[in-house]
Amino acid sequence: MKKVFETAQAALDGVLEDGMLIAAGGFGLCGIPELLIDGIVAHGAKNLTVASNNAGVDDFGLGKLLATRQISKMMASYVGENAEFMRQYLSGELELEFNPQGTLAERMRAGGAGIPGFYTKTGVGTVIAEGKDVKSWGGQDYILEEGIFADLSIVKAWKADATGNAIFRKTARNFNPPAAMCGKVCVMEVEEIVPVGSLDPDHIHLPGIYVHRIIQGTHEKRIEQRTVRTA
Amino acid sequence: MWDRNLMAARAALELQDGWYVNLGIGIPTLVSNHIPEGIEVTLQSENGMLGMGPFPIEGTEDADLINAGKQTITEQPQTSYFDSATSFGMIRGGKIAMAILGAMEVAENGDLANWMIPDKLVKGMGGAMDLVAGVGRVVVVMDHTSKHGDSKVLRECTLPLTGKGVVDLIITNLGVLEVTDKGLRVMELADGVSMDEMVAATDANLV
Repeated sequence: MKKVFETAQAALDGVLEDGMLIAAGGFGLCGIPELLIDGIVAHGAKNLTVASNNAGVDDFGLGKLLATRQISKMMASYVGENAEFMRQYLSGELELEFNPQGTLAERMRAGGAGIPGFYTKTGVGTVIAEGKDVKSWGGQDYILEEGIFADLSIVKAWKADATGNAIFRKTARNFNPPAAMCGKVCVMEVEEIVPVGSLDPDHIHLPGIYVHRIIQGTHEKRIEQRTVRTA
Repeated sequence: MWDRNLMAARAALELQDGWYVNLGIGIPTLVSNHIPEGIEVTLQSENGMLGMGPFPIEGTEDADLINAGKQTITEQPQTSYFDSATSFGMIRGGKIAMAILGAMEVAENGDLANWMIPDKLVKGMGGAMDLVAGVGRVVVVMDHTSKHGDSKVLRECTLPLTGKGVVDLIITNLGVLEVTDKGLRVMELADGVSMDEMVAATDANLV
């Protein structure tokens, strides 16, 4: 079965619908599926719930899908860099579910691993624990968190072969593997599709079993906080 | 009184050789400039990196290499990268010996509030709740009082909590406080700060 598609729109055709739960990779603007976000803008799917650590900035990343009002709910850990997000949230147009960052990552990993729930000490005694089942082991309380089973995953890798075996680069890996794992369908964008057999099988970060569609393209890779020292 | 750098230098004295540690945004980031001679620590960045190096030389920034504050950074010979689930697995699993974090409020029982002010701009907790729940030791570095002069060290936190009973040590511009079962113990006073000044500036039970 052919996994490689020519464009983001072609790769999203038939797998993207209104009202879906989408898991997106990336941390800040690092390692985000920028081509597929553009593809969702072009597609026009609405009323989307997006699980992603952050919500982009006003004119880049998931901020583009906020500007077009295609997202109705965000599941995120930190959304501080986006004025339009704040406006929509404060006016009640956008639903927001805060997840501690590690809980969000584990919820994705668990969903991909067929685990519907797990207990964690993260958030015990805070608003995050409200309404959640509490169990105690060895005198420590843990709260029940649910796995995320996404309808669609959109992720970005550095290189992949045509079977979807992928490797990531530096801290651009971040949420991409767990986001890829938790989707019924995973669409991945890469900087380079390499010949099957050219990646060392021992160095694959994400096996192709998790990846259903692949596109290659040029990435802007915007830097959010350019910070340097003088030589 | 200690300035930001002296507070960071004092926090660096809490580090032990061989530790893996996580530094928060703000004053905690400065701790890496003060790691004592002969102490080797590996800095974790919770977006998926162990062995975080300094900011890059201008012109060598890499969009794929950032810290948890989204700033460009560099790698070191011993650096490793991993995904976010693995990163928080090592945090929740207690493999990170210490986190040094900023705070809005700390209570005498170790409760920490550093992520939201009700009815004000809510940005989110990021990885702070996971860190304070999971790491071996939590050290808070912050100004002792708010801009309005109110104590940030309190009998009880007024803001929504990041973690309950999680703080072990508080380093402020006035000195060092240890969280004990009986209350806060004054371990050190900053240069030029008297015990009376510490007591007057602290709205909590000092023992």
